[in-house]
Amino acid sequence: MRTPVLPEVDRRLRRLELRFGPLGFDPFGVSRDQLGWSFSLLWPFYRWYFRTRVHGQENIPTRGRAMLVGNHSGGIPIDALLVIAAAFFDLEPPRLAHGMVDKFVAAIPFVGDLARGFGQLTGLPEHAVRLLEDEQLLLVFPEGARGTAKLYPDRLGLVDFGTGFVRLALQTKSPIVPFACAGTGDAVPSVLNAERLGRLLGAPYIPITPWGLPLPRPARVDIVFGEAMTLSGTGAEEDEVIEREVASVRARIEALLEEAERRRRER
Amino acid sequence: MRVLVAGIAGKLGRLTALRLAAAGHEVEGLDRRPWRDAPREVRVHALDVRKRPAEDVFRRFRPEAVVHLATVAQLSLRTEDQLRQNLAGTRAVFDAAHRHGASRVVFVGRHTYYGAAPDSPLYHTEDEPPVEVGSLPQLADLVAADLYAASAFWRFPGMRVAILRVAYALGPSRRGLLASYLSLPRVPTVLGYDPLVQVVHEEDAAEAVALAAEKGLHGVFNVAGPPPLPLSKVISAAGRKALPLPAPLLRLGLARVGLAPLPGLAAAHLQYPVVVDDRPFRRATGFEPRYDALATVESFRHGV
Repeated sequence: MRTPVLPEVDRRLRRLELRFGPLGFDPFGVSRDQLGWSFSLLWPFYRWYFRTRVHGQENIPTRGRAMLVGNHSGGIPIDALLVIAAAFFDLEPPRLAHGMVDKFVAAIPFVGDLARGFGQLTGLPEHAVRLLEDEQLLLVFPEGARGTAKLYPDRLGLVDFGTGFVRLALQTKSPIVPFACAGTGDAVPSVLNAERLGRLLGAPYIPITPWGLPLPRPARVDIVFGEAMTLSGTGAEEDEVIEREVASVRARIEALLEEAERRRRER
Repeated sequence: MRVLVAGIAGKLGRLTALRLAAAGHEVEGLDRRPWRDAPREVRVHALDVRKRPAEDVFRRFRPEAVVHLATVAQLSLRTEDQLRQNLAGTRAVFDAAHRHGASRVVFVGRHTYYGAAPDSPLYHTEDEPPVEVGSLPQLADLVAADLYAASAFWRFPGMRVAILRVAYALGPSRRGLLASYLSLPRVPTVLGYDPLVQVVHEEDAAEAVALAAEKGLHGVFNVAGPPPLPLSKVISAAGRKALPLPAPLLRLGLARVGLAPLPGLAAAHLQYPVVVDDRPFRRATGFEPRYDALATVESFRHGV
C-alpha cells in the first residue's frame, strides 16, 4: 500500500542526503516511505495550522555534523516536530533533524518503530555520538521532559539545562546552533500535569489543558535559529568548566526566545 | 597453513572449510555430524570435540590455526548436553589447540551476545557488556561461551585469539537460527514491534571467519554484513507471511497453539534490535560483504 506524498515533500526527499538501502531504509532504520507520508501529514500543520515562521535558518550548516539546541514549551513536544519540519521545509537543501526520544517511547507498541522510521532514536549517549560522527543533524532539548512539563505561565522561561549536550558537542567537535521556539506553549497550555495517569500509561505525565486533552490549538509559532557556537575543549573538563559553557548557551537561547516571542507578537 | 575446523559439518563450517581449501590451505575438520559430500581434499573426522580421540587429530595434524564453530544455537533444544557442548567444547578446543602448538584460534560466537532491550543502542561496540541475559536463559549459555573464550587472552598469552560475534547468517542452505524462524508456516512477530535485523550472507560470514584465521586476528570483533532491515521487510522479502501476536500472548507460549514452537527467539528479540558495529573488523581485515541485505534474504528464499 502506498500512502500519498505531497509533490513538495517528494521533491525535498530526493534532495535529502541519507544513505537509503535497496528497500528504502538508511543504516539507522529511517524509512524513506515513512518520511514521505509523515512530512506530507506534517506540512498542513506546519504551514497553516501553526503558521510557522522560521528565522535565521541560514545558521544551520548545509551539511556535516551540528547540534540544534533549544527550548521546550507546550505540554507535548510539538516544538520538536516543528523544528524537524523547519529543517526539512525551510532549509536548502533540506536536512533531517534527528531528535532523541525518551526511553519509555521505544517500549510503546507501534510508537517506537514510528519514531525510528522518522529518524527519532532513543535518547542514548551512544546514539547521539554515532549520529554526529555520521555527520547528521542532531536535535537536542537540554531541558528534557522537565521542559515540556512547564505550565502555561512559565512557557516563556527556561528550566535547568542538563550538561550532557555540551560534553557531547566538545567530544564530537560539533557546532551548536542555538534556537528558540515560541508559540507552542500557547498551543498546548498545560494547567497541570497528571503524573499518576501518566505512570499508568507508561509516560512521565499527561499534560492537562483547559479543554482537557493535550490537543494543540492553532497558535502562531515562530522559530529563531541563532549563530552557530563552536566551543573549544575535549569534553573531559571538570563540571565547573562545562557548566559555564552550558550557561552561555542557555543565555543565547534566552535571548533568542525573547526575539521569537517579539516576532510572534508583531504579526 | 594447516587449519582445523571444529564444527565443520554445520552450514558455516562447510563454507569456511571450502573457502580455506580454495585459498590453498590444508583443512581438516571435526564434527559429530556427518558431511557426506565433503570434497576430497578436506578430511572430516566424525568425532566430538570433547572426546579423547578428537585430541589425536590435533596431535597428528598439528594445525597452525583452529576455527571453533562448535557452539550450539538450536536454542529450542535446551538440554544438559547443549550446555556441555558450548562451554566444555570451547574449553576442549582451546586447550588442545594450545597443547599441540596452534598459534591462532578463531572462536565464532553470535551477535545476540549483546541481548535485546528497549534501551539498548543501535550499533553495539565490542566493549559493551551483555544486557538482558536473564530474559532468555538459553542465550546465557552462548554468552558464557563467548566470555569464557576470552579467558584465552590471559591463559595463553602467546596465542592469537579472535572472538567473532557474527550477525544472523542467512543463505541458500536455509540452515541456522534465523532460517528456521523464517521457515515456520506463519512467522510469529510481536504486534507493534518491528526491530531492525542484521543479516549476513552465509558466504560472506564464511569469508569473514576465514579472513580472521588468515590474518591472525587478535581481540573481540563484531562481524556483520549490509546495513540492517526491519524484521517485517526481511519476512516479506523471504516470501513469508508474518503472524503478529500481542507480546503477552507470545510470552505465554500460546503461539504454540496451531503453530510450530518459536525456535528460541524470545519475545524481546522480536521487539528490540540487536545491531552491531563491525567497523573494527572491517578495518582489521578489509572485509566487505558481497551481498546486500535484499540479495541475502532472496538467496534464502530461492535456495540459490
